[in-house]
This record gives sequence, C-alpha cells and structure tokens, in this order.
Amino acid sequence: MKKEDIPQDKGYVNELSYAVDKDGKYTTEKSIGWEVKIKALDVAWGDIEKKVEAARQKVINNEASPVLYFMELKIMDIPIIAGYTGFWQWQVKRHLKPRVFEKLSSRKLEKYASVFEITIEELKNLRHTLLQNT
Amino acid sequence: MKIDFEHRLSAHCENGVTTNLLRHYGIQQMTEPLAFGIGSGLFFIYIPFMKVNGGPAISFRTMPGMIFKRTCNSLDIPVVRKKFSSPEKAARELDERLNNGHPAACQVGVFYLPYFPKEYRFHFNAHNLIVIDKDGDNYLVSDPVMETTTTLSSYELERVRFARGPLAPRGQLYYPREKRPVTDEQIKKAITRGIRRNIRDMLHIPGNIAGIRGIRYTAGKIKKWRDKLGLEKSRSYLAQLVRMQEEIGTGGGGFRFIYGAFLQQAHAYHPVDELIGISGQFTLAGDRWRDAAIQASGIYKGRLSTQQDYNVMGDMLLEIAEIEKKAFKELAVVVKKMV
Repeated sequence: MKKEDIPQDKGYVNELSYAVDKDGKYTTEKSIGWEVKIKALDVAWGDIEKKVEAARQKVINNEASPVLYFMELKIMDIPIIAGYTGFWQWQVKRHLKPRVFEKLSSRKLEKYASVFEITIEELKNLRHTLLQNT
Repeated sequence: MKIDFEHRLSAHCENGVTTNLLRHYGIQQMTEPLAFGIGSGLFFIYIPFMKVNGGPAISFRTMPGMIFKRTCNSLDIPVVRKKFSSPEKAARELDERLNNGHPAACQVGVFYLPYFPKEYRFHFNAHNLIVIDKDGDNYLVSDPVMETTTTLSSYELERVRFARGPLAPRGQLYYPREKRPVTDEQIKKAITRGIRRNIRDMLHIPGNIAGIRGIRYTAGKIKKWRDKLGLEKSRSYLAQLVRMQEEIGTGGGGFRFIYGAFLQQAHAYHPVDELIGISGQFTLAGDRWRDAAIQASGIYKGRLSTQQDYNVMGDMLLEIAEIEKKAFKELAVVVKKMV
C-alpha cells in the first residue's frame, strides 16, 4: 500500500498504518478508518441486533427466560455466562427455560443480575417490561 | 513515584506491548516490525471446527502471546509470567511492581474496557496493555492501540484482568525480569531465527488449514458458502473474515504490510539485497488482501450476490496464496545467507 492510499474514512478509532513512501520505504501514518472495515463491523452489530430481537420475541411468547435476552444483549454465549457466573454450562442451558427460571433462588438470580449489570427486579420483570413496551 | 515511560501508538496490541515494554527495559533497538518479525507473527489459519461469535474462526497472525514469548526467548530476555486465582493477590502483586517503579504488562478482555470504542467491545480476551503507574485508586495505562495513555480505576482493571470465557486472562501479568540491553549481534541472530520459524509456519506446517495451504483451503470454502449457508449467513461470514483481517491493528492487509516493513528493517542488520525485493512481494500480498476485502464488502453490502462473485473472491485468495508461497520460498533461499 502506498502512503497516499491509506484509507481515511471516518471510523470508530484512529489506527496506525504501515505503508510505503515514494522511494518504496516503509513508514507509518495514522488512518482514521476504512469504509470496508466499518461496514464489516456494522454487519456484525446488525447480526447481534437480530439475535436480540429474536430473543425478545421468545421472552414475550414465554418460550425463553430473560437470561436468553440478556445473554444476547451482552453478546455472550453459554460458555461465557458459565465462566462469569460459575454455573455449569448445562445449568445455564436449563435456566434459559422459563419454567426453570421462575424457580431460581434469589442467590442464583443475583449472580445473573450482576453479570448483566442489572437489578434482580429488572431481570425478573423483563417479560412484563417488554410486554408493556410493545 | 513518577515512572518515565514512553508510550508509542502501534498497529497491533501485542506488538506494541512487546515493543514498548522491551524498550523500557533497556532494548533501545526494538521497533514494532522487529518485534513482529522476530516473533514470527505472520500466519494464516482457518479452524473449521471452531466458531467465533457464530462465524468462522480465522486468524492472520500467530497465537496470542507467542510474539512476546518468542521475541524475548530469541533475545535471551528472562520473562516473569504469572496467573492468579485471586483478584486481591493479582492486584497486590501488580501494585508492588509499580511501587518499585517497574511497569508490567497485563492480558485483558476488551468487553469491559471503558476507553475502548464500543463498536469493538466483543468478548475478546487476548488484548494486551501495560500498566505504568498507580495514583490513588487509578492506574495509568499504556494501551498501544490508543493514541495516548489512559487511566483505569482499580475496579475497572480488576474486571478486565479477570474477564471470563475463552482465553480467560486469569489476571495474567508479565514483564522482563531485569533491565538489560541487547547487542546488535543478538538482534541479527534473532531476526534470522524469526524468519526461519515463519517460513516453517507458512510453508511446512502439517495439515491443510494453516499456512499457505490454509489460504487455499479458505478459498475453496468461500466458493461453497453461498450454496451451503445461504446469502445472509455467507454475508456475515465474509464480514467476519474482513474483521479478522482488519481488526484493530493488522495495519491493513492482514499484517502483510508490517511484515514487509520488518524485512526492510532486517536489511539494516543483514545487508542482503534480496530482502528488499521480497519485502515488496509482501507489500503486494497485503495489497491483494485489501482488494479481496473490497470484493467481500461488495458482497456483504449487498451490491454483489451471484455465485460468480464468490468465485472471484475465492480466486483472489488463491492468487494471494501463490504470491506468499513464492515470497517465502525465496526467503528460504535468502535466509541461508543471513548468518
């Protein structure tokens, strides 16, 4: 890449780029972003939004527990949640079922709430809140 | 205590931490391209049985941690590396280092890193930064992909040091044991060793998912994505490929430009003129990777969608594989002159 070809499309962060000058010697210059990459990130976030929306519908239809919704919202998956909460993965999987979730002790709920950075109330009342907002 | 530390922006976090930390610990010759090349950082791998954020697991560089490890190893720098089970212990140990005026590097997760742009905050746990100093409850941090130094509260630092999930850092702390300069002769030898190892990794690694063969393998996969995954999912897959190639700090072109810069710097230590020409071949490879990324973006933006567009993308990767194969083969001849 030639120095004058370093992309300068306003992105999310300034980066250092390596490129060659007129004499073919490598040098560095800051780049403010590249449209191709910005769009790739947008695609990734678009996918996340779709997953959150799907989870929202499932919670509203009582097909999944609030854990699924917040898991998608925090771009986590079952292994990551298991890592943060200390639960086994099969336990987390069970907690995604509304019936199991309803019977969780407040100690377990507290673990989820702190990982998701919300209160136990917000976690428990998610379905109610979502129904009100639709 | 005021620590005199030079923060330099770099293209990639591990290169940057290696460079800035080693320079602080007495190795004035260290630059980002040298660290990358001595650490044999250039690589390619597509791991078919693994998923990252629901997409393909592709990497354009060697495994996290290897660049620092190999660079120190090649230069005979003794390294201290510690993991912790308790956050209190991890904080105490770091504080002790800082009290004595010695910066140390930490492996962290980026999801809870407050100064990081939110668009980049996925659950990626192999980010690196250097903690320079502590003032009250705040740590002064040199993150090599940020333009200036930043601060983290003790809570924020603990949280990123103890991020969970794949590659969990477990408070990992690392630093050179002592301040000790190295000679140009040592750098010279380390360069040769780094190049040899990189030739091995790209040309001779067994299996077909890594190195040059890995690029070809990926080319074949891409051509099948459209039929196998459908339009929407293959768009997401291509976007992920580009994100891996262009994630903060590949310097564009999937690290190929940094490697080109490394070979030019290597020439200053080993006056073998072929190095300059081969550096140019890596620049070409980087340019072709960028062209491939533009083709991919045409697809994930929805402008291109036919099977032919995927074939073109796959063929671009096949061409890149040829360019890199030729470059490494020539390098394999040249490295014999570099003693």
